[in-house]
Amino acid sequence: MMQTMIKYVVLDLIKNRIILVYTFFLLLMSVGMFSMDENTTKGIMSLMNLVLIIIPLVSIIFSTIYVYNSSEFIELLAAQPLKRKSLWLSIYSGLALSLSLAFMIGVGIPVLLFDGTLTGWVLVLSGLFQTIIFTGIALLAAVKTRDKAKGIGVAIFLWFFFTLIYDGLVLLLLFQFSDYPLEKPMIALSMLNPVDLSRILILLKLDISALMGYTGAVFSNFFGSGFGMLLSVLILFLWSAVPVWFSLKQFQRKDL
Amino acid sequence: MKICITILFLFLFTDATAKLWRVGAGQQERSIRATINKATDGDTIFIYPGIYKEGQLIITKKLFLKGIQYPVLDGEQKVEILTIRCDGVVVEGLFFKRSGRSSYNDIAALRIADCRNAVVKNNRFESGYFGIYSQHATAAIITGNRLQSDAKDEVSSGNGIHCWKSDSMHISSNTVTGYRDGLYFEFVTNSYIKSNTSYGNVRYGLHFMFSGNNSYISNVFRDNGAGVAVMYSKNIRIQNNLFADNWGGAAYGILMKEITDSRVEGNRFQKNSVGVMLEGSNRIQLLKNVFIQNGWAIKMQASCMDNSIEQNNFSANSFDMATNGELVLNSFKKNYWDKYEGYDLNRDGIGDVPYHPVSMFSMMGERNASSMMLFRSFIVGLLDKAEKMLPVLTPVDLKDHQPLMKPLKL
Repeated sequence: MMQTMIKYVVLDLIKNRIILVYTFFLLLMSVGMFSMDENTTKGIMSLMNLVLIIIPLVSIIFSTIYVYNSSEFIELLAAQPLKRKSLWLSIYSGLALSLSLAFMIGVGIPVLLFDGTLTGWVLVLSGLFQTIIFTGIALLAAVKTRDKAKGIGVAIFLWFFFTLIYDGLVLLLLFQFSDYPLEKPMIALSMLNPVDLSRILILLKLDISALMGYTGAVFSNFFGSGFGMLLSVLILFLWSAVPVWFSLKQFQRKDL
Repeated sequence: MKICITILFLFLFTDATAKLWRVGAGQQERSIRATINKATDGDTIFIYPGIYKEGQLIITKKLFLKGIQYPVLDGEQKVEILTIRCDGVVVEGLFFKRSGRSSYNDIAALRIADCRNAVVKNNRFESGYFGIYSQHATAAIITGNRLQSDAKDEVSSGNGIHCWKSDSMHISSNTVTGYRDGLYFEFVTNSYIKSNTSYGNVRYGLHFMFSGNNSYISNVFRDNGAGVAVMYSKNIRIQNNLFADNWGGAAYGILMKEITDSRVEGNRFQKNSVGVMLEGSNRIQLLKNVFIQNGWAIKMQASCMDNSIEQNNFSANSFDMATNGELVLNSFKKNYWDKYEGYDLNRDGIGDVPYHPVSMFSMMGERNASSMMLFRSFIVGLLDKAEKMLPVLTPVDLKDHQPLMKPLKL
């Protein structure tokens, strides 16, 4: 039953003009960035900014709006003898799947074509995680607020928080406590934000760690080890699962 | 005419007395040591292929030692193989293998000690402590040698070409790899170092101190543990060298500490974590260099003054410059910076607004190393942009007044 629902959500989304435009935009950007410079590292660098800023933004806003717009469809299905759990998870899966598809076509394929290195793979993987994670966060934002305008506002704020405000707070903390050794707390702080975590993983793969001095050495030691890699992937999985789980709890109790 | 003939005869006469010795299996002599003992000034010794284990050979006569097809002189990891202690000795085409190691003496494969005009040419060196060691030598020529060792750490290894208290040296076309420092000079003056390649050494590709009036031309220093470090010297000329792939937390394309009145021209700095590091260095002309794909192209401490940085190309560096203070006593002119975003209304190729090569974030990184965690994040990009509009943290005077719109052809 869930499969059928996912199928319908995905089919609905693929026909969506915004998704098509989004795919095309990503494709244009990534091909453009790679063909502008023969040095693919530079292309990867520029794409990293795209992956860490644009992808979360589009994922979170599009998903929020989609959930609000299909409220009637959700109500209708909720009236059927279906579990709310499978209904909500189908919507989540459908959204994550089609956005990921758009990302894979727009960024994944060009990256793997122009730069098939490990760095490229890390970039693509990070992008996929960003898509999934921010779709989940969008669902949480949408289910928590009944009002559409307010919900979109919350979604934008969350995006703003993860890409900008959080780093600002970190910066503040760094300068407030500059007398203390902060390298290890920094690792913990970077884990608390999926955007930062992905950025650091990509940078370490680009061998930029030498530029980051002692901090870079500590980071590269930690994230370079098998344990660190495993832990960061685990954290990214947690980031994709926990918001959805909370939104599911909320949705199951929600008065539609 | 008479005089001419007399001179010619004189030459013939001297030539006739110089003897040619042949050492090797099936030759008139078997032992290099015995032959050296028998030979007199001006003699030539041909050494034929084979492995010679003869302990330490000391040359105190003016001899010409020539190896035929690289005969191996084996030091059995115990001794210094060859020591030159006489003016005008020529050593060519030998293969020095397994010279001794010691933590007490600086054992070299070949030592040039207290003499003039030694020539060390086209030899090979493999697995040893120090390679060629020159002490109190004058006008020695060291050329075309290949030195290769297997240094693992700084403590237990020696230098490739090591010169101490030497003058007017000519060191060219050598290849040095696997030592502690590829080329090492201390109290070396008036020397000419050209077309050498120094790579894969544990510490520095080139390291010198208290060595003035030297020229370094067209050398390649790449992939060394900590790059190149030069200190406490005057009147140095560094031209057309390549400094590349020196990557690591404390690796520099070239680190110049208290170098004064020098010229660094036409070099290429590529993929170093720091291209040029200047510390307490004054009156250096940094001209027509190419900085490409470095972490920091230039790190210039506030202790530097009267340096001029002109007509360089800066492209694809993570940071163009970093400094640690507000005071700027150096001049920047007519460089090309790929991060420059200004305009050129009168189309004279020179940007109309000055370029500030020090970004906010590079300044922040100098003050608080942990902030590097935010490297390439959105907020740092925004802060950099804001700082460009209204400098608060970055030194206001550190700017290129005439940034070029197009890269120079270098």
